[in-house]
Amino acid sequence: MKGNTKKLFRDGLFKNNPVFIQILGICSTLAVTNRVKNTVVMVAGLLFVVALSNLTISLLRKAIPSRVRMMAEVLIIASFVIIVDIVLKAYLWDISKQLGPYVGLIITNCIIMGRAEAFAISNPPWPSFLDGIASGLGYAYVLVSIAIVRELLGNGTLWEIQILGDWWVKWTMMVMASGAFFMLALFIWIMKGIVFRERGEA
Amino acid sequence: MTFLGAFAVFFAAIFTNNILLTNYLGMCSFLSVSREVKTSVGLGAAVTFVMAFTSAINWAVYHYLLVPDLVYLRYIVFIVVIAAFVQIVEMIIERVSDVLYAALGIFLPLITVNCAILGVSLFMVIREYTFLQSFAFGLGSGLGWMLAIIAMAGIRRKIAKSPIPRGLEGAGITLIIAGIMAMAFVGFSGMITLG
Repeated sequence: MKGNTKKLFRDGLFKNNPVFIQILGICSTLAVTNRVKNTVVMVAGLLFVVALSNLTISLLRKAIPSRVRMMAEVLIIASFVIIVDIVLKAYLWDISKQLGPYVGLIITNCIIMGRAEAFAISNPPWPSFLDGIASGLGYAYVLVSIAIVRELLGNGTLWEIQILGDWWVKWTMMVMASGAFFMLALFIWIMKGIVFRERGEA
Repeated sequence: MTFLGAFAVFFAAIFTNNILLTNYLGMCSFLSVSREVKTSVGLGAAVTFVMAFTSAINWAVYHYLLVPDLVYLRYIVFIVVIAAFVQIVEMIIERVSDVLYAALGIFLPLITVNCAILGVSLFMVIREYTFLQSFAFGLGSGLGWMLAIIAMAGIRRKIAKSPIPRGLEGAGITLIIAGIMAMAFVGFSGMITLG
């Protein structure tokens, strides 16, 4: 059991990372990473949804007929997303405004659907819950690292606190669309290089 | 005036606020399907069609059924509407035209989980579009998405035999190209501004 847990986390965080190995959940990876604060909120929301939806789907896995399982999964995921949305609106109104449709789009985030299909539907609840957390954390650290670079270079700030002084020429491109694409490509490049070396293929 | 407004939304959705290159929606299928021009055209057409009609249907559902008490249910309702619409279209196409089914059939199930479709419906609610504007926005976004994926497929065919640094093959290089495309599309900004 303990070895299994370790393997789950190693896979989710590194070897089978949802973002840079499986290339899932790219939409939100690109969209919310222009500010660290928004990214952290988004990541927390996703972590909550993926862990609890995995748990719920796994608990119900014997009750869901396989013909309608996709629809059932989507509805379970959507219910958790609604909870996240309402909580954000109640306590973090500004950030919820800035994230706009991307909170709702957690529903179609392929990571959650992918984990539900690939893991939760055929595994007991506790490992499914851990698997959800592992994938969520794998997503989290990629997003937060991209966001740190983008906000620092693009705005000279981190968590909206001025880090770089007036001498810094802001790279406006970094907070715009193209910056997101370049950063993610760079990240994939670096991480794949490391993973390949691990496997001894380099 | 409303017609002109809808027209502006339509053009803005294609060029200045391209759903893929400025809002990053529909990336998953964009990255995996843009290998060939032909399949890109098929998927693009299917997305455009579904997007235009689901945004119109969702507008009606949102404004006549959900406002004001059940607004928080919109995620579930929208996704069910999209899934049902895709299913119905698939059944109709299968009956009516074999050619069309062969061309679009395999793409339709993919579309239900394409985040761009749900994204368009959510943007429509946030930006408070009228019915006509919503339809124009859906249609324009679909065409904009199609434009981007076809352009990408064309470029990927050109670079198919080029030497690409290790680890950057596939998704990496596609993202870099998308980044350059996004920069090119920034050139359109200022033509029309979208509220």
